[in-house]
Amino acid sequence: MQRQEGTTLRNTVILIVGLFLVWELAYLVVGDVALRSPWQTIQFLSKLMQTDLFWLHLADSLKAFGVALAIAVALGLLIGFSLGLHRLSGDAMEPMLVALYSIPKITLYPVILLAFGIGISAKIAFGAIHGIIPVALFTLGAVRTIKPILIKTGRVLKLGPTDMVREILFPAAVPEIFTGIRVGFSLTLIGTVLGEMFAAQRGLGYLLMSAISLYNVDLIMAVTFLLVVLAAAVNTLLLVIDRRLHHAG
Amino acid sequence: MSKLRLYQIAVVAAFILLLEALCLAGVIDKITMPAPHIIVRDFIRMILAGRYFDEIGKSLANVLIAFASAYLTGVIIGTILHGHKTTREILDPLFATYYAIPVFAFYPLFIVMFGLGDGPQVLIGFMLAIVAVIVTTLNGLDRVPTVLKKTAQVNGLNALQTARHITLPFCAPYLLTAAKLALAYAFIGVIGSEFIMARSGMGYEISYAYTNFDNATMYPLILLILLLSIAANSLLSRWERVLLARRGQS
Repeated sequence: MQRQEGTTLRNTVILIVGLFLVWELAYLVVGDVALRSPWQTIQFLSKLMQTDLFWLHLADSLKAFGVALAIAVALGLLIGFSLGLHRLSGDAMEPMLVALYSIPKITLYPVILLAFGIGISAKIAFGAIHGIIPVALFTLGAVRTIKPILIKTGRVLKLGPTDMVREILFPAAVPEIFTGIRVGFSLTLIGTVLGEMFAAQRGLGYLLMSAISLYNVDLIMAVTFLLVVLAAAVNTLLLVIDRRLHHAG
Repeated sequence: MSKLRLYQIAVVAAFILLLEALCLAGVIDKITMPAPHIIVRDFIRMILAGRYFDEIGKSLANVLIAFASAYLTGVIIGTILHGHKTTREILDPLFATYYAIPVFAFYPLFIVMFGLGDGPQVLIGFMLAIVAVIVTTLNGLDRVPTVLKKTAQVNGLNALQTARHITLPFCAPYLLTAAKLALAYAFIGVIGSEFIMARSGMGYEISYAYTNFDNATMYPLILLILLLSIAANSLLSRWERVLLARRGQS
């Protein structure tokens, strides 16, 4: 185990160094017209982080993302548990959820904008619809594969639906549910940023799009870099916890 | 008809009826969303008049280019990586994190690099699709049973024959899954990019109609995209189930 973690760490370091090298090479080939070198990007980003405007955009994105994630997890768990507890509903709804999962949700954004108006609530709604389905699907799968003996024990003890979920289903399903939340986290982030890129007056996605019209390559590179690093770092952390949970169980 | 199918049809019907009732009752106003029967009427008119066929064709062509290039490259890279254990281990963290990254965030950069043509859109579709193909290909190759590989050796098959008689038939369901994922991702990538910023295509027309409050165009186009992606997904899923059932894994 210890040794395996050592190799994973070494591989990750090699990968990150490799990606920076590819980036540097691309910069040397393309040149200043459309790219910046890794070093220039990091320098610009640190300068950007000293401006108040940047923190305003970041705070707005984080706020929208946080609320969207909370909604996605709450609704996802609710849908997952209620479908998982009823066999026919689960069997019927699962393929429909999978189909919904694969549609380009971005085309639904105008509908959300018309319903909520441009602003933070539209971003939250759009982020949340990206995250709900994976949380629901993983919860549904987890509840279904729980050992029948656990559920029978609950019945023998005459637990009500709330106690059943709290005392038996939830603890048994935690590792799978966590995987769902991890995937939901990423997709909610993608949804929120995507929403900001199309129509918003604030947020990192907006900052990114406004940089195109100004042809500000420094800004584009810095924000893209920041988003990628944030998403990758949080996901790696969640992945580590995820693997621990699955091994412990 | 099975109980399951009836249940599914009932859910969809209930949802549409609910929308219809909310629209007719005025809870959802006309500016937000026309009633479902009006959307369907506009949709049929749009198809009969052949409006936007150029745009639809162009978007679908870009989706196909992104899909085909990502699929071919992905299968080739997956096959090569399968033989290079160290390289694969180094790339593993990238594959594990890849879909957490907002790939669309690269779109502005690609526009600056390649201009506002079809290139950036196809590239986003390609980038979204390729990793799913690589990972699924590796997954399939990992599962080829040792006994089959040994049988090939015993019979003295060369690499090409092994691929044709053993590996390919065994991996067929995985290759199909890869195709399904790649098509969905290519679709999302191309339509999404057109939607954010482009000069033509279905996604662009939707965002253009949105800016002009043209619900009679926007909703039928959204309906078309939803129908296309759901149809493609369920067709490939069905085929996938047939392949798996034949193998007795379903």
